[in-house]
Amino acid sequence: MLKVIKNRFEQGCKTSSYPKEPITLYSRYRGLPIVNKDCPKIVAVQCAQICPQEAIDPERLLIDLGRCTFCGQCETVENGTFVRFSQNFELGAANRQDLITDGQLPDLAAHAKAHFKKLFGRSLQLRQVSAAGCNACEADTNVLNTPFFDLSRFGIDFVASPRHADGIHVTGPVSMNMKTALLTTYEAVPSPKVVIASGCCSISGGPFYGSSEIIGDLNSILPVDLYIPGCPPHPLTTLHALLKFFK
Amino acid sequence: MANLLKIVNGERVDRAAIPMIDLDEFLQSLTDFVGEDGSVVQFFAYREGASNRLLAVLRNDDLFLIGTEVGESFPSLTRAGSKKFQLFEREIAEQYGIRPNGHPWLKPVRYHANYPGLPDIFGNDYAIDIPGNYEYFQVQGESIHEVAVGPVHAGIIEPGHFRFQCAGEEVLHLEIQLGYQHRGIEKMLTEVPQKRLPVICEGIAGDTSIGHNLCCCQAIEALAGLQVDRGASIVRVIALELERIANHIGDLGALSGDVAFNPPAAYFGRIRGEFLNLLQVLSGNRFGKGLLRPGGITQVMADEQRLLIAQKLSEVTPEIRNVCDLLFSAHTVQARFEHTGTVSLAAAKDLGLVGYAGRACGLAYDARIAFPTERYAVLPGNTNAVTNGDVNSRAEVRREEILHSLALIEMMLSQYEQTRQAVQMRRHELAPDALVVTVNEGWRGEVSHCVLTDQTGRIQRYKIKDPSFHNWMGLAMSLRNQEISDFPLCNKSFNLSYCGYDL
Repeated sequence: MLKVIKNRFEQGCKTSSYPKEPITLYSRYRGLPIVNKDCPKIVAVQCAQICPQEAIDPERLLIDLGRCTFCGQCETVENGTFVRFSQNFELGAANRQDLITDGQLPDLAAHAKAHFKKLFGRSLQLRQVSAAGCNACEADTNVLNTPFFDLSRFGIDFVASPRHADGIHVTGPVSMNMKTALLTTYEAVPSPKVVIASGCCSISGGPFYGSSEIIGDLNSILPVDLYIPGCPPHPLTTLHALLKFFK
Repeated sequence: MANLLKIVNGERVDRAAIPMIDLDEFLQSLTDFVGEDGSVVQFFAYREGASNRLLAVLRNDDLFLIGTEVGESFPSLTRAGSKKFQLFEREIAEQYGIRPNGHPWLKPVRYHANYPGLPDIFGNDYAIDIPGNYEYFQVQGESIHEVAVGPVHAGIIEPGHFRFQCAGEEVLHLEIQLGYQHRGIEKMLTEVPQKRLPVICEGIAGDTSIGHNLCCCQAIEALAGLQVDRGASIVRVIALELERIANHIGDLGALSGDVAFNPPAAYFGRIRGEFLNLLQVLSGNRFGKGLLRPGGITQVMADEQRLLIAQKLSEVTPEIRNVCDLLFSAHTVQARFEHTGTVSLAAAKDLGLVGYAGRACGLAYDARIAFPTERYAVLPGNTNAVTNGDVNSRAEVRREEILHSLALIEMMLSQYEQTRQAVQMRRHELAPDALVVTVNEGWRGEVSHCVLTDQTGRIQRYKIKDPSFHNWMGLAMSLRNQEISDFPLCNKSFNLSYCGYDL
């Protein structure tokens, strides 16, 4: 008992005051990429060629955040002439098209469906489904339950049964072997329900695009309401998206 | 064993040098080798023109290589006497349609059509997308009942199916059916442009991004003749140890939560995040994705990062010691950890367990010591004091390894050597007709990649082995005669990878 009290004092209160106060992430963190609109085409083409994810459109000078793993290699070409990754972790989007961007994302709160805010604004229960996720997305979603983020203080919880859920939060590129289980879980959630695609795998197949063993695009089998990009999404990216979209 | 070729971890071997011997002799050599306490690192098939080949990478104090040509089937080594081959043989059957004759229980590993398009050994129709189209092992009896769990589990975790045969609360047998996470990675790696390799390998198992990508980078380095300077090696070691600490701390917290002792669960959950943030300081990503590339590292560790890491370590190390003390000295925790989920040393040896799961049973093997890469040859090893094979031992091994890894990072930080230049991914010409085996001690245990090139230098076969491939059977064994309510605790003490196994 004494040890419990001693440790409690040593640990103190570590819960973040986000979103009331902003958080600055370390300078090396790669968040929202800002494309230089005056970039010479030859540099953009060079970036597109080295991109392992084929996420760069050199013609229109856009990056697809739904494909990007934020590896940052394009930033090293010609000292960031084409793109620089900012520390802005607010990456969530309501439409797939919005993720193909030059660095200007539409305001997520304005794009959220009004009835979602009304239905789920005070209480949101989600069933997480890992559909061939590599466990990075899953781990950084789990982190939201640790004292620093303390997700439940916002009335948002991950629940065990789809019957108790308002929607599903899907990670992974949806392997053929998980398709049935994913669809069954979705069916078990009572309507009205939301579908959240978390991580570039669920949005585009991520690093595994092109594999014949995956679906590679969650939206092709279920209607996605909210996209959270990243590989994996930073916990703050997920937290921001959930708060903006539902609160 | 005279016919085995001794190889060195991460060094290129000419394919002409690989002993390709007669099938019977090959099988006898493998049986003899494991009979003398040898272990299997890799055992897989590949196509050479119209024929099938088998390759085995074996280890005792050294690494060995041996191969053979095989037709449509071969006599099962599992049948011949060693359980260490059972899963490898099933994988060979599933991937290449080669039947291990007499295998005691030939069932699918991951549920996918074989690569050459041969008739399926298991008689599966892969248009039906449910893994495990076969009979589960069943215990018969009046009071026997069956519990099926998954693939979708109650928490935020990966999918897998568990089938328990119980008499009341007691588990007589647990069968674990995986494959739900199968993404076809090994096949992809032979088809995609080289620039995608590290990104894919970082996703084999996201919690082992560094471990798997290190194996991939070292393999490309060996095949392309690239040198990695000492500064980059130091960062690689730090990253691998940060990954180990983050996962071990997370697991100790989860174990605490599973026995309803909440303070350490909360504290460790938060402290784990500190280590992920340190990986972000090094690489810009909380899992170290994007840090390792063939030839070195993409981000230089300068004084700023060195200082940030050192400061954070000196801040959290006493906290970790105190929370560990809180956890391990609580008698309610001891009562639940001790004598739960015991795997005997004999069973661990038989199954070939690796990593902390093996070390907790008394198998001291640690690839950092046995086959050191990067800077590990000059770093001290770790010994484990508690090796009873139960949940408590697996937890104690984690505690010891966390403290050991903290010391290793401190030693690496005190070597002020910076990499000459950050490297980025670019295409490298790979040596033709060559093979390389890389082995590293990821946080779960022995991670190994084996890459084989054809006469044009193209990757002909890319074989991956996650330590979970060995250890899932250990979890199944730990549940024998346990209460079913102990399953979460046993499961977390192993914390195996679903996607690393499913590939």
